[in-house]
Amino acid sequence: MNVQTDNDAMKVKKKQHPRAEAFKNFMYRFRKNKAALIGGILILSFIVIAIVGPFFTPYTFDEQEMTNKLASPSAENWFGTDHFGRDIFSRVIHGMKITLYIGFFSVILGGTVGVFLGIISGYYGRKVDAIIMRCMDVLLAFPGILLALAIVSVLGGSLNNVVIAVAVFSVPVFARIVRSSTLEVKNLEYIDAIKALGASDGRIISKHILPNVMSPLIVQATLNIATAILAASGLSFLGLGADQPTPEWGLMLSDGRNYLFKAPHVAFFPGVAIVCVVLAFNILGDGLRDALDPKMKL
Amino acid sequence: MFTFIVRRLLQTIPVLIGVTILVFSLMHLIPGDPAQIMAGESAPGHQVEAIRDRLGLNEPLPVQYGKYVANLMQGDLGTSIRNSKSVAGEIGSRFWVTVELAVYSTILSIFLGLIAGIVSAVRQYSFADISLMIIALFGLSMPNFWLGLMLMQWFAIGIDVPSWIPFIESTNWFKPSGWGSFSQVVLPVITLGTSGAAIIARMTRSSLLEVISEDYIRTARAKGAKERVVIYRHALKNALIPVVTVVGLQFGGLLGGTVLTETVFAINGMGSLIIDNIQARDFPIVQGTILVVSLLFVFVNLIVDISYHFLNKRIDLND
Repeated sequence: MNVQTDNDAMKVKKKQHPRAEAFKNFMYRFRKNKAALIGGILILSFIVIAIVGPFFTPYTFDEQEMTNKLASPSAENWFGTDHFGRDIFSRVIHGMKITLYIGFFSVILGGTVGVFLGIISGYYGRKVDAIIMRCMDVLLAFPGILLALAIVSVLGGSLNNVVIAVAVFSVPVFARIVRSSTLEVKNLEYIDAIKALGASDGRIISKHILPNVMSPLIVQATLNIATAILAASGLSFLGLGADQPTPEWGLMLSDGRNYLFKAPHVAFFPGVAIVCVVLAFNILGDGLRDALDPKMKL
Repeated sequence: MFTFIVRRLLQTIPVLIGVTILVFSLMHLIPGDPAQIMAGESAPGHQVEAIRDRLGLNEPLPVQYGKYVANLMQGDLGTSIRNSKSVAGEIGSRFWVTVELAVYSTILSIFLGLIAGIVSAVRQYSFADISLMIIALFGLSMPNFWLGLMLMQWFAIGIDVPSWIPFIESTNWFKPSGWGSFSQVVLPVITLGTSGAAIIARMTRSSLLEVISEDYIRTARAKGAKERVVIYRHALKNALIPVVTVVGLQFGGLLGGTVLTETVFAINGMGSLIIDNIQARDFPIVQGTILVVSLLFVFVNLIVDISYHFLNKRIDLND
């Protein structure tokens, strides 16, 4: 009898922690989904380029060669040069870091606030829910980039203010998704059981609700990085983001606008770079949605 | 239906109040003295004081807000700091340009999106489906201002095509700036409508695929109905219901997108009005234009919501 009990105990010990098991499941589904895998590999390589790339570029991002202005793509300058004779290829590689910084940080900032508000709203309900959700409705009443424009017009144009502006307009999206997931989980029986055992609200939220809202959250965050990059480059294009000589792709496109006829390549390559990065995040987001949350559409 | 419309209208009121509070607060959130910023850093004290008086910045905030709303009710959005013209007048001359741009782009995106979505769903996993969905993914990932610049290069300016690009010639069929004639409208509309078309195509495809797998479609097929009839008469009707919502949301996105498109193509619409005046620090115009665009967005969403409930008979209208 004792031997039997020990064996059972061993089996329990060998059984993986539920979270480790969930992660293993996620990795399995992720690997099986080709789109997610391709998107993930692309993004990883962009991160590597952002970190390592600047050490290997033929020129620095602000090195000017006034005798070589607006030169077409060649063996020396793969993407040509701009109106200050700066190497566009080197600037695009240096700009990768800035683009990823904007994408990740605005989503981390907006996501954190959105998740907090969404959970509070869904978990406590009633007046708290009504107040928070009406505020989110107001934010959603502004068409995307317009809210960011309004914020940047107040704070002034700079890279960090663009991050804040883009983060603010992603808050309501996260809050709504997390709220609806929280409402679903909150009404499950096991949450009532945990409450009856005396668990605090903080413990229920952090240990039981948060892990359950992770799937839609990860999918939304990935897709939102793509939106954030597009919005931020748009703001820089309008002259409300990064300052010269920062190699921000939107700003580079804005420079290229004045030389569309004379040097079409100046506006071409930064745009291709934006498309590649945004495309990678969209592919990953689509793949993750299929792998993690097949119920979600678009 | 009537009860639903009334309820939905009532729900819009707090949103409208929130929008006015947020837009009103914009000027007060500026770090530093807004009157000084608008007058310019080197402006003399009496000029700053004059602006402060004109904008009523010396009064308590609730009083300022009350006056702001009272003026709004009478269609008064304030006056420009730069030229003392009425903000409503400045917006009025540009309002229809932006609305036209957004409406034409929406029509184009619905047209292209529906065709691509239906073809993709009907021929799932075919070459056409995969190609269209890849194009849609690109459409979704492209910054519209870049697409605008590229279209301008290839179809309006007539650039010298590099020798390493075969078979392609650049043209100057269309005009690179302005608004009004057909040759001025085409490129901005394509620029703005592309991402919307991509979203509608993806939504139509997934929605149609979901409906096609339902029992009543199988029944229609079993009855011997032609495939064309099954798709267009039975499936599409229900598949389009969620697409209506996406179209509504898209219109809002397009209103935001007009800011960039109008800047690229030098169109005198509300978007370019905002950008010009952010740079000139003329906040009454920025506030007024943002308010008008947002109210337009809220209004469009209201109509979409009502039409969604009208189309979707399965939803209890009083719920």
